[in-house]
Amino acid sequence: MVHFLAHGKDDSVGVAVVDLKAGQTAEGWNTEKEEAVQVKANSDIPLGHKIALADIKQGGTVIKYNCPIGAASQSIRRGDHVHTHNLKSKRWTA
Amino acid sequence: MNEQKFQGYRRDNGRVGIRNHVVILPLDDLSNAACEAVANNIKGTLAIPHAYGRLQFGEDLELFFRTIIGTGSNPNVAACVVIGIEPEWTARVVDGIKALGRTKVAGVSIERHGDIQTIAAASRQAFEFMQWASERKRETCDVSELYVSVKCGESDTTSGLASCPTVGNVVDRLVEMNATASFGETSEITGAEDICASRAATPEVAEQYMKIFTEYDAFIKSQGVDLMGSQPTKGNIRGGLTTIEEKALGNLQKIGKKAKFVGCLAPAEAPKGKGLWYMDTSSAAAEAVTLWAASGAVVHLFPTGQGNIIGNPIEPVIKLTANPLTARTMAEHVDVDVTGILRREMTLDQAGDKLYDMMMRVCNGRLTCQEILGHREFVLTKLYRSA
Repeated sequence: MVHFLAHGKDDSVGVAVVDLKAGQTAEGWNTEKEEAVQVKANSDIPLGHKIALADIKQGGTVIKYNCPIGAASQSIRRGDHVHTHNLKSKRWTA
Repeated sequence: MNEQKFQGYRRDNGRVGIRNHVVILPLDDLSNAACEAVANNIKGTLAIPHAYGRLQFGEDLELFFRTIIGTGSNPNVAACVVIGIEPEWTARVVDGIKALGRTKVAGVSIERHGDIQTIAAASRQAFEFMQWASERKRETCDVSELYVSVKCGESDTTSGLASCPTVGNVVDRLVEMNATASFGETSEITGAEDICASRAATPEVAEQYMKIFTEYDAFIKSQGVDLMGSQPTKGNIRGGLTTIEEKALGNLQKIGKKAKFVGCLAPAEAPKGKGLWYMDTSSAAAEAVTLWAASGAVVHLFPTGQGNIIGNPIEPVIKLTANPLTARTMAEHVDVDVTGILRREMTLDQAGDKLYDMMMRVCNGRLTCQEILGHREFVLTKLYRSA
């Protein structure tokens, strides 16, 4: 059973397709590489939310669809929940 | 091989529709009450009340007329009665609809008559149109005669993973079969604008698209605000989408993998030929779908993540979702369930087959969830405040 999917080969985040529990070893699938990947979830991550596939430094670019989707507003560890608390848009910044 | 034929209505100007509405169309906000009274008198007719039409000017007024005239002349409309407060702009709408090759259109104005006489005269006209429309017959039409619009709403990460690519899969097929399709949502391509530009058929079209995009981006920046909560919406965020870039990259999956867009359209402007067209629209669902219906689109494909329940009075909106929570808790709003993609039980091609098949069933007359539930969101795009 797949727990999360990643779009692109270079993606640093995947998308949970079921609710993930903290400490769970999540089974993922990279749809471009057609390759399985495992990541241990550091916290509960609801269906549809992102899980980090790599460590990302504060200010580092987060990649999804092989494209930048914003910058880490704090450092992110592999397995972290990635959302508004640690990822910010690089666009329309007031 | 996908079925290419369906039973549609071929209109007097040669365009093909999939519904047979007799529309009671207000010129302005003041005429809504009379239109609704006529629609109540004459069963089966459809009033489309809206909020505007008074004291607009310049580009905003031009867009208003283009939208109202386009709505009244959409191929899903068999006949149209226009009601306006005064005769001149009422006639402008009637003449505009006739200029597009539609003959079953008439106008009635309220000043010097009052609502009651107006309602009586418009009801007699609507009565005649309704009887005439009831004898129009569906005939065999080809998918190449279809004009399909696409736009997503209340997106989440499942939209980018599955429901938007499913629409993209169908868009690729439609373009291959020489149909017409249109996408838009200018603000929601922010972060994917370079990819979008790379999908233009020619450098000129790419340049034209980037000009529209850059102007809108500059407008948003000029407001000096953080759009968090508006773009992405609160629903997007709840569904796991974090930034506009992420939303945009998911959104753009709707244009498929192969199709190139052949031109850029102003809001509510009709495509000038077949193939895929970009239209400069808002990303708000009802506003955007209203613009596409006014441009002549007869069926809309609408992926949703968290469960946008939009409909349109003129063009049926087919909703699909890949979010299992939405499919389960809002089943009456979901025409096509593609949640199997998330479980890796369904391929994108299989999902595309399922959506294409549903689209053809809707073209043949199957009612969408939105039509059955009475969702008729008709929302005019207003460019700036009135005089």
